[in-house]
Amino acid sequence: MSNLTYHLRAEDVNVWFGERHVLKNVNLAFPTNQVTALIGPSGCGKSTFIRTLNRMHELIPSAGFAGKVLLDDEDIYGDGIDPVKVRLNVGMVFQKPNPFPTMSIQENVLSGLKLSGRKNANNEELVETSLRRASIWNEVKDRLNDPALSLSGGQQQRLCIARSLAMGPKVLLMDEPCSALDPGSTRRVEETILELAPEMTIVIVTHNMQQAQRVADQTAFFLSEDGNPGHVVEFGATEQVFEQPIDPRTNDYVNGHFG
Amino acid sequence: MSVNAPSEKIERRKLATKPFARADRIFFAVSTAAAYSSFVIIALILIFLVGRAIPAFQTQGIIDFAFGSTWDSAATPATFQLGPMLWGSILISLIGVVIAVPLAISIAYFIEFMAHKTLAKIVTTIVDLLAAIPSIVLGLWGAFVFSPIAAGWAKMLNQSMGWIPIFDNPEQNFLRSPFIAGIVVAVMIVPIIASITREIFSQMDRDIINASLALGGNRESTFRKVILPTAAGGVIGGVLLGLGRALGETVAVLYVLNISFDINWGSVLQAKGGSVASMIISKFGEANPDEISALMAAGLVLFVFTLIINSIASYIVAKAQPWRK
Repeated sequence: MSNLTYHLRAEDVNVWFGERHVLKNVNLAFPTNQVTALIGPSGCGKSTFIRTLNRMHELIPSAGFAGKVLLDDEDIYGDGIDPVKVRLNVGMVFQKPNPFPTMSIQENVLSGLKLSGRKNANNEELVETSLRRASIWNEVKDRLNDPALSLSGGQQQRLCIARSLAMGPKVLLMDEPCSALDPGSTRRVEETILELAPEMTIVIVTHNMQQAQRVADQTAFFLSEDGNPGHVVEFGATEQVFEQPIDPRTNDYVNGHFG
Repeated sequence: MSVNAPSEKIERRKLATKPFARADRIFFAVSTAAAYSSFVIIALILIFLVGRAIPAFQTQGIIDFAFGSTWDSAATPATFQLGPMLWGSILISLIGVVIAVPLAISIAYFIEFMAHKTLAKIVTTIVDLLAAIPSIVLGLWGAFVFSPIAAGWAKMLNQSMGWIPIFDNPEQNFLRSPFIAGIVVAVMIVPIIASITREIFSQMDRDIINASLALGGNRESTFRKVILPTAAGGVIGGVLLGLGRALGETVAVLYVLNISFDINWGSVLQAKGGSVASMIISKFGEANPDEISALMAAGLVLFVFTLIINSIASYIVAKAQPWRK
């Protein structure tokens, strides 16, 4: 593991919502071009944490933050850093498929360009490569101008992945991307994740422990006990976390004793 | 032993029952009566208006009445034609909507997406209070306080852009113009449009907005390219409801507008304009029976017109957002 580089590192990340301290001193380093899963019971702060990695809490007035998130050694919370620029490098896929309802399939893929005001020389090519990388091209190539909502839930989620990929992010955050999908669609999304992994750093929050084992190289186990803020109990290679956990609480959780 | 004997007809009965308890029966009766009463009221008003308007329509002809441009009760035969008033109502309403819409949408955005909870509540209350101002109060304020100020603005517009026909004003009298009436009407419809827009914004899926930000959108591009298109149907519905209100506005407009049958097609700064509702109230007191009938007919035309606008509004609100379940 010593020759790994890290695209993204969280150092002593703390988050508050109002008076409530929800994350305490989280330290995680995400190896470049690998998949890291964040697991833990509901309310442990894993979704809160993943949103600190692209500054998505910005819209919540009561949210407070301490610590550092280093993207290629630059703190994304540093002075004068524009969160909009951060998000161009760190894409995000959400729990529920959320394509833009007023746009067609193609417009959804290009929506990031439109929203950020970026220019691209060859839009047609970008649409095709993005949809191909999200493994949905063959299903939609003949109806690119159909409304995005005409797709099934699983297809919509892969369209959302394509939409993020079109912006060429270095890091892709996925917040329980399969929790609203049926098993078949879940499998397709997981295959997509594995295909993308060699070229980008992926962080995925999941409730599904089999999913973590199927897709993730590393796994971090979050826990928030007895009203204490969420923190990382264990972080290591997925195999080790699931098969030989060091902490007894990890062992209980991955074996389904609670959560 | 056949499980699915096809010939056997199953007797079916309704599962819904009528209320048993006396309290339920009374409650149902009251609700039903209330529901039908609005229908009855509309029907009664229509019957009354049509009945009183028929003589005017017969002597003037419906088309001439609605679109002609002479109103003279002293002539023989008396001529009653509503054109300049109908157009004037539309013109003032359009001015009102053009001013009110950006203002109302900005207010709704501020309340829903920018302000802290406490501030949002305060602003919501204040905007709702604006809707509670009686129109006579707004008319008095418009006539005595606001008109002179707005006349100053009108003069500036005329001096800087008078070469555009809509800002032309050879008489240089800037009071009592459609421009001022339009602004007063805008004040009245901002709360309607703002509260409907806010409602639409609050029902929007926050994930769509988050997705836009996550894709590198800023607040402005998210608003313009995601929020507004997604909310468009509802916002247009709100605008049309405001338009309905603006078309029917009577007293406030009467106080700030010089009502003239010399039709003003669009020189909004000139001191002449029309408004069906205000014209009716201004002529009612001294009208002879023929003219009364003509005024009733004018009311009917306005009523039908507003009804159409409101129907379009509810149709658009219901149909324009297929993604809302």
